[in-house]
Amino acid sequence: METRSMTLNMGPQHPATHGVLRIQLELEGETVLKAYPIIGYLHTGIEKTAESKHYRKVIPLTDRMDYLAPMSNNLGYCLAMEKLLEIEVPEKAQWARVCLTELTRINSHLVWVGTHALDIGAMSMMLYGFREREKILGIYELVSGQRMMSTYFRIGGLAEDIPPDFDTRVREILDLFPSRYDEYEDLLTNNPIWRNRTIGVAKISPEDALSSGLTGPLLRACGFKHDLRKANPYSSYDKFDFDIPTNDGCDVYARYLVRLEEMRQSLRIIRQALDGMPEGPFVADAPGIVLPPKERVLSEMEALIFHFKIITEGFCPPEGEVYQGIESPKGEIGFYIVSDGSPYPYRMRVRPPSFVHVGALDKMCRGGLLADVIAAIGSIDIVLGEVDR
Amino acid sequence: MNWTLILIQVVKVIAVFAVLLTCCAWMTWLERKLVARIQTRLGPMNTGYQGLLQPIADMFKLIFKEDITPGHVDKWIYNLAPLAAFIPATLSIAVVPFGDSITLFGERIDLVISNLNVGILYVLAVTSLGVYALIMAGWSSNSKYSLLGGLRSAAQMISYEIGMGLAIVVVVLMSGTLNLVEIVDKQSSVLDWFVFKNPVAFVIYFICAIAETNRNPFDLPEAESELVAGYNTEYSSMKFGMFFVGEYANMITVGAIATTLFFGGWHGPILPPIVWFAIKVAVFEVFFIWMRGTLPRLRYDQLMAFGWKILLPLAVLNVLVTAFFKL
Repeated sequence: METRSMTLNMGPQHPATHGVLRIQLELEGETVLKAYPIIGYLHTGIEKTAESKHYRKVIPLTDRMDYLAPMSNNLGYCLAMEKLLEIEVPEKAQWARVCLTELTRINSHLVWVGTHALDIGAMSMMLYGFREREKILGIYELVSGQRMMSTYFRIGGLAEDIPPDFDTRVREILDLFPSRYDEYEDLLTNNPIWRNRTIGVAKISPEDALSSGLTGPLLRACGFKHDLRKANPYSSYDKFDFDIPTNDGCDVYARYLVRLEEMRQSLRIIRQALDGMPEGPFVADAPGIVLPPKERVLSEMEALIFHFKIITEGFCPPEGEVYQGIESPKGEIGFYIVSDGSPYPYRMRVRPPSFVHVGALDKMCRGGLLADVIAAIGSIDIVLGEVDR
Repeated sequence: MNWTLILIQVVKVIAVFAVLLTCCAWMTWLERKLVARIQTRLGPMNTGYQGLLQPIADMFKLIFKEDITPGHVDKWIYNLAPLAAFIPATLSIAVVPFGDSITLFGERIDLVISNLNVGILYVLAVTSLGVYALIMAGWSSNSKYSLLGGLRSAAQMISYEIGMGLAIVVVVLMSGTLNLVEIVDKQSSVLDWFVFKNPVAFVIYFICAIAETNRNPFDLPEAESELVAGYNTEYSSMKFGMFFVGEYANMITVGAIATTLFFGGWHGPILPPIVWFAIKVAVFEVFFIWMRGTLPRLRYDQLMAFGWKILLPLAVLNVLVTAFFKL
């Protein structure tokens, strides 16, 4: 009898494709012969839009790429611009940035653990993840007034000084979260069903991981101790003491363990950042680039002019190009900015981890089952806003 | 033929059917409430006290929804499938005794619809009909997700039915009868409950029963993260509702049969038999819901491997050992 393989179109409207990823699957029964991801259903044109915005007005756009990790995106862009403009960011701003980006890492991983577990069938995990995330969103709201698209970082530092009860609010999280992580572990780590569903699933060999350009937790779950925070420290990460969790499993379970441990390490970093938070200005002294404080704008002529000029004309960085990669929760997010000396970026190119990781989906899924595709998508933790920026 | 007897029978059928359907409806409420508690949510709150009227609201919503029949389906089978899911699920309750006999207006009334002498056989036969509904729905929908859901359910239910049958054989061996009323009578004291006499059989039965009812962690046929909604993806309105009610009716039936076979049916101290029966069934239902809130889902091949390589040999061994001791 002649048999044909079945083509199954998974997505873009599918409960487990995390937004609007579409995957064309070749199936033999339930065995996957080929998985072909098709992107572009959430095209926002952020890179192109950036070309028609002043440099400082690009920051809100970056929030909307990886909307689960807004602060990381902000940081990547701001660091790139600071490199281009050669601005020295004051220590307090750097430490606050570290604190907030680590909270962002936890935020992103919490959503990941929730949705990933939901995909595999443990639906309560999602609610637990979101319950904890609520606290972090509270911190975002505290510092920036926004819960998701915080846009708190500025070129040269922060938008405003960190509020007085920031310290106590973050410490509440530090005290609460370890026990919550233990809860997740109780539910999942040694659960035989969870282990069956994840161990040995969606494997990718270390060589393939390198050649596909995987970064972040996916690469670390293949046994590579690579983390930009250590390998190429930025924002004074070299002054913090933390470990890089790795695992040799190369599978979904290894990625799960790596991310869970990362959440614990992030708490460690946040504690150090809070304990050692230096005093001083929260934004660099760079007239013409950094907005002067509001009191001075209302009382001094100079400041008013600077304010007016920055808002209406922007500022012109020197001609040149710059690349800055940082360790976002999902992997290396890099900003490559070309300046032609005008107030608008000539080109902004983002190296988004999710986009690169989706490319490795086929390698992970081949020979697995239909259910493994879901586990694989969950384990690479994609955000489609970042894939189709 | 005595007309009173017929009348009594009709009243019994209607009463049991009505109670079963009502229980199905409020099972959805219970499930939503309990799962919400597990997930630190409130669940339905606005329709009545603690959302108690939610099932009624849901029912009206489903009835008034447009009943869409996609153009590419096989209409006959497509329309038949919801009925085929719903009816067998309600049928097997007919042989389950839910109390001792009572005397009303000088007539002795057994609290069981039909005191069938091959009751267990009947239960097995009727419950295995349920799988046809899923295959019919999956096949006739002419959609790939539905088809995969239908195929999965066919394989799953057939595999687990064997284990379930063998677990029940153990009960039959121990009690020496196929009649559910007599099986209950053999378990009149707590120590005689078959769950204590042969816990292995109960565990096997219970695992298989979860697989039969397509509940988590064996809810593969409708694994929403993989197959959208599985076999009922293309159904809407009350046809979808029928599958839904069928599933809940199945859960209640399974709980009732587990109570009857392993937990002494309606036997219990102080409280009236019907209350004991209800309590025992309710415990099972809560357990079902609890598992749904806690466990991830197995993968298809793992489910089959577990069924054939672990559960089945264990069930066979259990039957042999029990038979040996009965000799």
